[in-house]
Amino acid sequence: MQIIAQHGTLLIAAAIVFGLFMTWGIGANDVANALGTSVGSGAISIKTAIIVAAIFEFAGAGLAGGNVTQTIRKGIINPEQIADQPETLIFGMLAALLAAACWLAIASTQGWPVSTTHSIVGAIVGFALAGIGFDAVNWGQIGAIVASWVVSPAIGGAIAFGLMYSIQKLILNSDKPFQSAVRYGPYYVFLVGFIISLVTLFKGLKHLNIDLSVATSFALAAGIGVIAALFGRRAIARVKIDEEADREFHFASVERVFAPMILFTACAMAFAHGSNDVANGIGPVAAVYGLVQSGGEIAKSLPMPLWILVMGGVGIVVGLVTYGYRVMQTIGTQITELTPTRGFCATLAAAVTVVLASRTAMPVSTTHIAVGAVMGVGLARGIAALDLRVIRNIVISWVVTLPAGGILAAIFFFMIRAAFT
Amino acid sequence: MAMMSPLLKLFGQSPFRPLQEHMRLVVDCANEVPNLFDALFADDKVKLEAVRERIFRLENQADDIKNELRSHLPKSMFMPVDRRDLLEILDLQDSIADTAQDIAGMLVARDMALPSAVRAPMVGLTRRCVDACNQLKQIVEELDELVETGVRGPEADKVMAMIDELNNIETDTDVLAIELMRVLFEHEDEIGPVTTIMWDRVIHWAGDLANYAERAGNRHRLLIAH
Repeated sequence: MQIIAQHGTLLIAAAIVFGLFMTWGIGANDVANALGTSVGSGAISIKTAIIVAAIFEFAGAGLAGGNVTQTIRKGIINPEQIADQPETLIFGMLAALLAAACWLAIASTQGWPVSTTHSIVGAIVGFALAGIGFDAVNWGQIGAIVASWVVSPAIGGAIAFGLMYSIQKLILNSDKPFQSAVRYGPYYVFLVGFIISLVTLFKGLKHLNIDLSVATSFALAAGIGVIAALFGRRAIARVKIDEEADREFHFASVERVFAPMILFTACAMAFAHGSNDVANGIGPVAAVYGLVQSGGEIAKSLPMPLWILVMGGVGIVVGLVTYGYRVMQTIGTQITELTPTRGFCATLAAAVTVVLASRTAMPVSTTHIAVGAVMGVGLARGIAALDLRVIRNIVISWVVTLPAGGILAAIFFFMIRAAFT
Repeated sequence: MAMMSPLLKLFGQSPFRPLQEHMRLVVDCANEVPNLFDALFADDKVKLEAVRERIFRLENQADDIKNELRSHLPKSMFMPVDRRDLLEILDLQDSIADTAQDIAGMLVARDMALPSAVRAPMVGLTRRCVDACNQLKQIVEELDELVETGVRGPEADKVMAMIDELNNIETDTDVLAIELMRVLFEHEDEIGPVTTIMWDRVIHWAGDLANYAERAGNRHRLLIAH
């Protein structure tokens, strides 16, 4: 207790520094992957992607990110055992944050496909095991989280498959693909706005003291969908048939119809990413802040202060601007196989899956879901060649990331504790 | 930092574009074959040698693409079509270029006199066989569109019809080849047994141009039916 009273400000300052480091890493790497399917299709520029990310990451974290933050903050461990020594929890959260951020930095330089979510979850578990004990880990919750890591890419893949199949059926395989695309395009845009806002609104804004009835949620989501569709229709109306390009590739004009629609899925994806991944960086900061503010009372539940959210958003945008844009550039120029129709399906599917997972408070990996969604498009026989070795690498990275994050967190925990006591 | 996105690694190089590039070179090769006979019958040794050289150069370029493509198709590649069908099509395209090379080699290496009565049907057969190769090229050019549509629907039907047409062309070449042999054997005594056998060989090679094209076409059928 004394430690908290004595070093409260220092502890919060440390949490902010580590939190910024972590969110910088998320912005540098993760956001680029989340928006990679949009940038890869060549339909939106890097600049647009950064602006979209800045706005919708914030919105996602603020409107739909509460549940995941709660999980990171206190769903993974049972702090009851250490109710008399809250400083242990503070040290642990700081250690986990630093460990996850360091592991991300190491993995990124090595080019391993690790996930920010897996790093932070592994780190928190590692600290709990080393600092408190085996029983301190909420193993039931961990089991559910790990299961969600397997299930979520599969769901993303299934949705992407369904979307791609419907586009093939309704548009590409119709007698007049271009006319069909112009006709059905706005409906697909409606789908983007409707589903994302419905999942967010449906009993999801309690933390903002907004409690909408089922009917209101549906009506509002439909309204947002219609507005998006109207914007979409205007953008689509500007697309003209290019007969020259169609001779070369018969579906060139159809792809041009889908290009402006990518902007909507990019917004959805940034929103989804904000709802899920920002929590990885700010959850522990919120935990530390809450403990210091309450004078060490673990049970007390404090609302998440806005400035922590803003800090998370700033870290991500800075990460994106200083480094992430380069990753996006690489993705944008090298994934030529991702045409707008394919990018649309993959991104929408991934965004829907991530937002759904966020609603159930599951911290999932947006990158892995994006990979699953691209696979889904491939299963619809829509992509020329996918290298399945990536799946093996991802599985290896799971197996490595959890213990690596855990061991690092345990080491940092003992170091931080030694420094303060 | 050399950051590699798993998303980036997920995308393999499309095998269809190199396959199309390969076919374009192969069809250029095949299109030179009638020029061989024109040069031969005009007794233009310089032109004959020039055409042979062009065929050999094109075949070489095609070989490079073939090897490059093979190395990009590890078993871990997940594609909308069967990997074995793709490799088989590549091999058959390769055989077309090889056959063009065989014909060119023979016409240059040996003094191949042919009675004027046999010349027209010889050129006729060759042109029809080359038609088959061009038809195959048209089919290969549709691969992008096939993948875009998920290898089904009207686009797949269209390609199926193109393959039917290829089969028809090949049937034509069979008829032409038999007629040509009959005419050739009528002049057997005039040109001697060895030359007759050598021409018989050339006729078979010409027919092979169409045969390989047809077999590649039938592989495309499997690719779609999958």
